[in-house]
Amino acid sequence: MLFSDKHAGMGELADALADDAYTEGRSLWRDARRRFMQHRAAVASLAVLALLLLFAVFGQYLSPWDNESIDWASLPNLDEDGAPGLASQHYFGLDPIGRDLYQRTVQGSRISLMVGVLGALTAVIIGTLYGAISGYVGGRTDAIMMRTLEVLSAFPFMFLVIVLMAVFGRNVLLIFVAIGAVSWLNMARIVRGQTLSLKRKEFIEAAMAIGVHPFLIVVRHVVPNVLGVVIVYATLLVPEMILFESFISFLGLGVSEPYTSWGALISEGADAMWTAPWTLIFPMLMLVLTLFCFNFLGDGLRDALDPKDR
Amino acid sequence: MFSFIIRRLAVAVPTILALITVSFVLMHAAPGGPFTNERNVPEAVMENIEAKYNLDKPLWQQYFIYVGNVAQGDLGPSFRYKDFTVNELIESSFPRSAYIGAWSFLFVVVFGVGLGIIAALKQNRWPDYTVMTAAMTGVVFPNFVMAPLLVLLFAVTLRWLPAGGWEGGQVEYIVLPIIAMATSYIAQVARITRSSMIETMRSPFIRTARAKGIPRHKIVLRHALKPSLIPVVSYLGPAFVGIITGSVIIDQVFSTGGIGQHFVNGAINRDYSLILGVTILVGVLTIIFNAAVDILYTWLDPRVRY
Amino acid sequence: MAMLEVNNLKVAFDTPDGTLQAVRGLSYRLEAGQTLGIVGESGAGKSQGVFALMGLLPDNARVSGEVMFEGEELLNLPEKQMNRIRAARIGMIFQDPMTSLNPFMKVSDQLTEVLVQHKGISRKQALQESLQMLDAVRIPEARNRIHRYPHEFSGGMRQRVMIAMSLLCRPQLLIADEPTTALDVTVQAQVMALLRELQQEFSTAIILITHDLGVVAGSCDQTLVMYGGQMMEYAATRDLFRDPSHPYTKGLMGAIPRIDEQIEELVTIPGNPPNLMNLPPGCPFCDRCPVAEPRCYHELDPPEHFEPDRIRVCNLPREAIR
Repeated sequence: MLFSDKHAGMGELADALADDAYTEGRSLWRDARRRFMQHRAAVASLAVLALLLLFAVFGQYLSPWDNESIDWASLPNLDEDGAPGLASQHYFGLDPIGRDLYQRTVQGSRISLMVGVLGALTAVIIGTLYGAISGYVGGRTDAIMMRTLEVLSAFPFMFLVIVLMAVFGRNVLLIFVAIGAVSWLNMARIVRGQTLSLKRKEFIEAAMAIGVHPFLIVVRHVVPNVLGVVIVYATLLVPEMILFESFISFLGLGVSEPYTSWGALISEGADAMWTAPWTLIFPMLMLVLTLFCFNFLGDGLRDALDPKDR
Repeated sequence: MFSFIIRRLAVAVPTILALITVSFVLMHAAPGGPFTNERNVPEAVMENIEAKYNLDKPLWQQYFIYVGNVAQGDLGPSFRYKDFTVNELIESSFPRSAYIGAWSFLFVVVFGVGLGIIAALKQNRWPDYTVMTAAMTGVVFPNFVMAPLLVLLFAVTLRWLPAGGWEGGQVEYIVLPIIAMATSYIAQVARITRSSMIETMRSPFIRTARAKGIPRHKIVLRHALKPSLIPVVSYLGPAFVGIITGSVIIDQVFSTGGIGQHFVNGAINRDYSLILGVTILVGVLTIIFNAAVDILYTWLDPRVRY
Repeated sequence: MAMLEVNNLKVAFDTPDGTLQAVRGLSYRLEAGQTLGIVGESGAGKSQGVFALMGLLPDNARVSGEVMFEGEELLNLPEKQMNRIRAARIGMIFQDPMTSLNPFMKVSDQLTEVLVQHKGISRKQALQESLQMLDAVRIPEARNRIHRYPHEFSGGMRQRVMIAMSLLCRPQLLIADEPTTALDVTVQAQVMALLRELQQEFSTAIILITHDLGVVAGSCDQTLVMYGGQMMEYAATRDLFRDPSHPYTKGLMGAIPRIDEQIEELVTIPGNPPNLMNLPPGCPFCDRCPVAEPRCYHELDPPEHFEPDRIRVCNLPREAIR
């Protein structure tokens, strides 16, 4: 008994040692996942966001109306007939010109979420590349790149984007590229900071001393360590993007008909709130709820991937 | 210190120049101009109008004329409001935005830092939870959501306050704009202050201060406050920009006649000089503010010296 | 009645992963003007023991036992009263002067505030006294330097500033938590010499925490040896070195390489430092002890007092150690 136990022990130990080179990356994620699960608000937010996604994609099938046709019957007496109700199957009520608000909100959700995620993605890609290169190469290149960044940071970008929107018309594609393109600055700074502190870490020096190819160093050592920070800030970028888009749509300079977004819906709702408050409340709720969830999600991810920051 | 200011200015000038150039290019790259929507204007008159506004000259010439004027403080005539110059339009509307903006900023700093400190000192007890929940809520209610919501609540439903207007900036007219503008920034500053203060209080030098028998309130004010404010000051730059851009929304919703309305109208109407003028103004303000923030850093953190 | 009497001091921390026993029973006495050295490896609980005296432990600490300072019970005193004792009657200097001094405050402010707080004098007077103290700790050109920030001083000078700061109110007791660990060896010697001088001048009792037996041998009247939060042995330094009565102390002595003999290899105490979350119910040293018995894991006999003022905490009799 004792003997065979000992052998089993040795075998396991040998296996564990062999795996050691690879478990470094894997166990980090498992640990992070465990910490994330402990953050109840973040987990709840994730669930809510999943539901939101389903709403945006499939919500339109839950209602017999669509987002363009006008309910002529209710139009004359919009203040009363336009209110939300289950009988009329206008769950959210009617918008100021008689269209079903529920369907409009579903459509708006789709646009807002898409712009948010794609905008954040654009910012992440540009920012990460810029920051990683600047940080890793260092020296004069880094100095020049950072100076440029500082100069760019002084630009009142919101104003430029508004100008862009006004000038080039309101193309959905253009919107998310534009706002992603102006939001990468912070991400670049963060990634550069991470890269700089990583460069000095001993295990990078060790890898270089052993003669690992720089590209492999970047892929196997730099990227996984930067990834954590990137994920956290990317998650926090999405609500920023959604806000940005909503902001310009609210001004009337964002998505144009027949498309709509939360910002545009809120703007319409603000005009009509004196007589039809539901037109403001529902899209506002959707926006606030989404922002709430993304913020908690970001907090949870930060706790999971960078525990000392609490 | 002096050389630092000079260096900052040296960076500022090309930045402003770049800003002007980019705006200029964007404006003129778009199809159409400020006068394309005017119909029924005979050709000869159109030529005269264009000549008056220098629109007939080649682009690069227009650019240099404009830059030259700006350097002398002349932002040119408004293309839309034919009787006014951009300077006049800005002068009539900017003070209102500045007034609301300044008050908002003050509230952001005072309430944000104050609430953050309270939350940090009573960590994980009721005041902390209350402040942090309020802060989380504040962060997700941006100014353009807050504004109509406040109007709905206080003007439509309760009828306590007016829904908009300026009326010389009396209290009841600026209360809602300020709250709408400042809330999400107060929330963010509170969060930052709280986590910064908590971290500072864990520092070894705070333990030394305790070992010296210094009472708690003095430790917080004399030892912990300055270092805790550093991340807050970093955030003030973006907060300032946010308040400026936010004023655009606040203007729209509350009809305060500030600079935001002019800007948006200018964007829609292709009033080139107006948009450029406002953009330059905002850019200059941002640069000055960022420089002030940097100077504030050196006062807060003696290890940073220029 | 000794100036300081500590009886069975225990410190534990409530953590989400369980209760951590940092100090499992410390007892010692200190007379006025004497020096006590507390020796042990990192994590032995040396610092936690003295933080308990000063009331500087975090909120999740549970302290029990008895600490009598000049006849008053110190443990669990309300903060207000504790503040009156700190710096005025018990001073403390910490390990790393770079992080222990406030980098955002001028040295002059950090010094004068102690005097203003405890002696109620004006800032001007406080400044004068601070300058005198800086001279006493041999900071050159104190008059110019005092209005600078800590990062403008060198490591050794910063520690002197700390020492000066702690002695401003002439406390009866000075606690020095590894004052030389963060410093170069040469600076170490200077700081220790300075402490001895000041002790003579101000008749201050000192509790010196260190992991360096050499420092203890040179400066301390009594020595307390700790391991895993447990007191192992307490004796007059001379007695301890001449005739250690505990296997751990013997192990420590044996590990000091001698330069007057030819040695083939360096001697260590085999094994690893204990995991404070997972201490054996008996003696924490049992798994590394050369003479441990099976029962040492399960129980540890109460402290044994022998000869005047010597204490040992060990299951085995003294003869077995020799």
